[in-house]
Amino acid sequence: MSKNTQIIDKAIEKEYEYGFTTDIEQETIAPGLNKDVIRLISSKKDEPQWLLDWRLKAYDQWLKMDEPDWSKLNFSQIDFQSISYYAAPKPKKKLSSLDEVDPELLDTYKKLGIPLEEQKMLANVAVDAVFDSVSVTTTFKEELQKHGVIFCSFSEAVKNHPNIIKKYLGSVVPTTDNYFAALNSAVFSDGSFVYIPKNVRCPMELSTYFRINAANTGQFERTLIVAEEQSHVSYLEGCTAPMRDENQLHAAVVELVAHKDAEIKYSTVQNWYPGNPKTGKGGIYNFVTKRGTCVGDNSKISWTQVETGSALTWKYPSCILKGDNSVGEFYSVALSNNFQQADTGTKMIHIGKNTKSTIISKGISAGKGQNTYRGGVKIMKAAENARNYSQCDSILIGEECGAHTFPYIDVRNPSAQMEHEASTSRIGEDQLFYCNQRGISTEDAVSMIVNGFCKEVFNELPMEFAVEAQKLMEVSLEGSVG
Amino acid sequence: MLEIKNLHAGIDGKEILKGLDLTIKAGELHAIMGRNGSGKSTLANIITGRENYEVTSGTVKFNGNNILDMSPENRALEGIFMSFQYPVVIPGVNNTYFLRAALNSKLKHNELKEVNAADFMRLIREKLKLVEMDEKYLSRAVNDGFSGGEKKKNEILQMLTLEPQLSILDETDSGLDIDALRIIAQGVNNFRNSERSFLAITHYQRLLDHMKPDFIHVLIDGKIVKSGGMSLAQELEEKGYSWLEA
Repeated sequence: MSKNTQIIDKAIEKEYEYGFTTDIEQETIAPGLNKDVIRLISSKKDEPQWLLDWRLKAYDQWLKMDEPDWSKLNFSQIDFQSISYYAAPKPKKKLSSLDEVDPELLDTYKKLGIPLEEQKMLANVAVDAVFDSVSVTTTFKEELQKHGVIFCSFSEAVKNHPNIIKKYLGSVVPTTDNYFAALNSAVFSDGSFVYIPKNVRCPMELSTYFRINAANTGQFERTLIVAEEQSHVSYLEGCTAPMRDENQLHAAVVELVAHKDAEIKYSTVQNWYPGNPKTGKGGIYNFVTKRGTCVGDNSKISWTQVETGSALTWKYPSCILKGDNSVGEFYSVALSNNFQQADTGTKMIHIGKNTKSTIISKGISAGKGQNTYRGGVKIMKAAENARNYSQCDSILIGEECGAHTFPYIDVRNPSAQMEHEASTSRIGEDQLFYCNQRGISTEDAVSMIVNGFCKEVFNELPMEFAVEAQKLMEVSLEGSVG
Repeated sequence: MLEIKNLHAGIDGKEILKGLDLTIKAGELHAIMGRNGSGKSTLANIITGRENYEVTSGTVKFNGNNILDMSPENRALEGIFMSFQYPVVIPGVNNTYFLRAALNSKLKHNELKEVNAADFMRLIREKLKLVEMDEKYLSRAVNDGFSGGEKKKNEILQMLTLEPQLSILDETDSGLDIDALRIIAQGVNNFRNSERSFLAITHYQRLLDHMKPDFIHVLIDGKIVKSGGMSLAQELEEKGYSWLEA
């Protein structure tokens, strides 16, 4: 056996770092989905009637829809009746401050490297922590309030800011949008809400950490970010889950609304459990709908994602560029190692004049991983002088993986300028030998080459997280070379 | 410094080297000439430890140590360098970054202090002058968009930076114009001293005219059939290889 193959085997044995479970008293409802379950979720959250009606309508629509089958993902059918749609850590009493949060929970987040105690917190990052179906705590609330910024769990927002929620919920991703968005609309349990008032630059990075803990439970969260005129916010989400032999479903919806001259930067470091590296058993099924609308002129929405986890990833963060001169960006690194499959990309819909979009996608396939880029660029009739630049690069590590690129381009205005570049390369034995011959080990060579490949995207991440992403990439990849 | 005895080796079960003996002492420059397929590049790959090449018998010693069980990177760290016939492109990896990583890997191996970015820039600018390379090549990705000549200069730049004890120049002269050939030969000549050894693999006499090797060996069908001085190169130029073939 060659040396490089041995290194792969060693790396493949490396365990998923976040695979522990938290032993905590949970309140979980019985598996299965019907209207009573939805009513139960809604009543547990003490929701107003209009929201329950909205959920039930979404459920009716979901029943009429078919699961999408156009992706390159290969998996056995999901049994939606075997999933529990609500799990929450049992609160000992009503929480009024962080001190009252179950120490087990705090410990969990500490293990994940996300300290929630304010004094130990990452400098200048406010965190909302979502544990299974509920948000456990949000930090830095008061500091943010001084600036008029609202950052809280979705449930709290429904209670305290019903008018904003009513106005924007489903305005970017309607309940009928797609199968998984409809399901989410019916059963979503919690998530994060951000509101940045006019002329405010959010004074710190906002961040949500999602953690799936309970077994046989789906996680369905919703995130809504509204940026009023001339405001600015940078938001980051991170995700981890325990190692389990069954697949778990994560179907989230994220909606962003940017008004005139506003800017939203949304970054994701997704590290859900990818499944057993040897057998492919278990892992998270990640079906996510993320979309932002640049409602106002000169607004900007920028998506950056680093997708290293999940058994399946089905995700296309998109921008609807309605306002004139609005800008949409998508920077993505997606890694599929071992048995992972990713079908990811973006959609840029140009409606306003002089709208501009940039797509930079970097796909990395290793082991038996399959990585698909699927992206759509649509220039509508009214979009005079729209511009798009797309670049899709794939890198293959080893002989058994695959990379696929599906760009869809639909131009209805002749003034549009479109550029599309694509490349596929392989980390070859010759490159590794070249590095070895210069005294650089194979592992260092792979991480050097992959980091070089991802550089353009990592540069887009907020400083605090760029290093984290780089490390995560090294751990996820180490020695996956043959 | 390098001692090869009765080396039998090949690839994919095919024997290419059939009992090769070669000894290179410190300070010497040896040239190996031969037709395509005679085993020249196989020899370079065996010494540097490339995957898939198999040694069936014989020994290769470097500074008295058997190196056949050593990994390619350890051989490199011990002081064996190869200027590649076809230098490899590594997209996305900055040339300066790569060179510094290589140098620091070597410094670390020798338990020396690693060099910081500023000091390294000073060092590399000096070396750059020796091979008459433009500074713009430092900020590009390794060999990405380099012309044939620039790639070869980049190899020599790496050699001058890493300061190996044994440098194998695998057809470093192929694809070079006269100016580039002169620059590279000069770079190598200035680098020669009593501690450093060289093994130049080539088809042509012209590189040897510039480098003046101490020994020339003719490799035919996996064996060295004749060794001599500069006059042997001239003889080969005039008569070809056929007179040496059995």
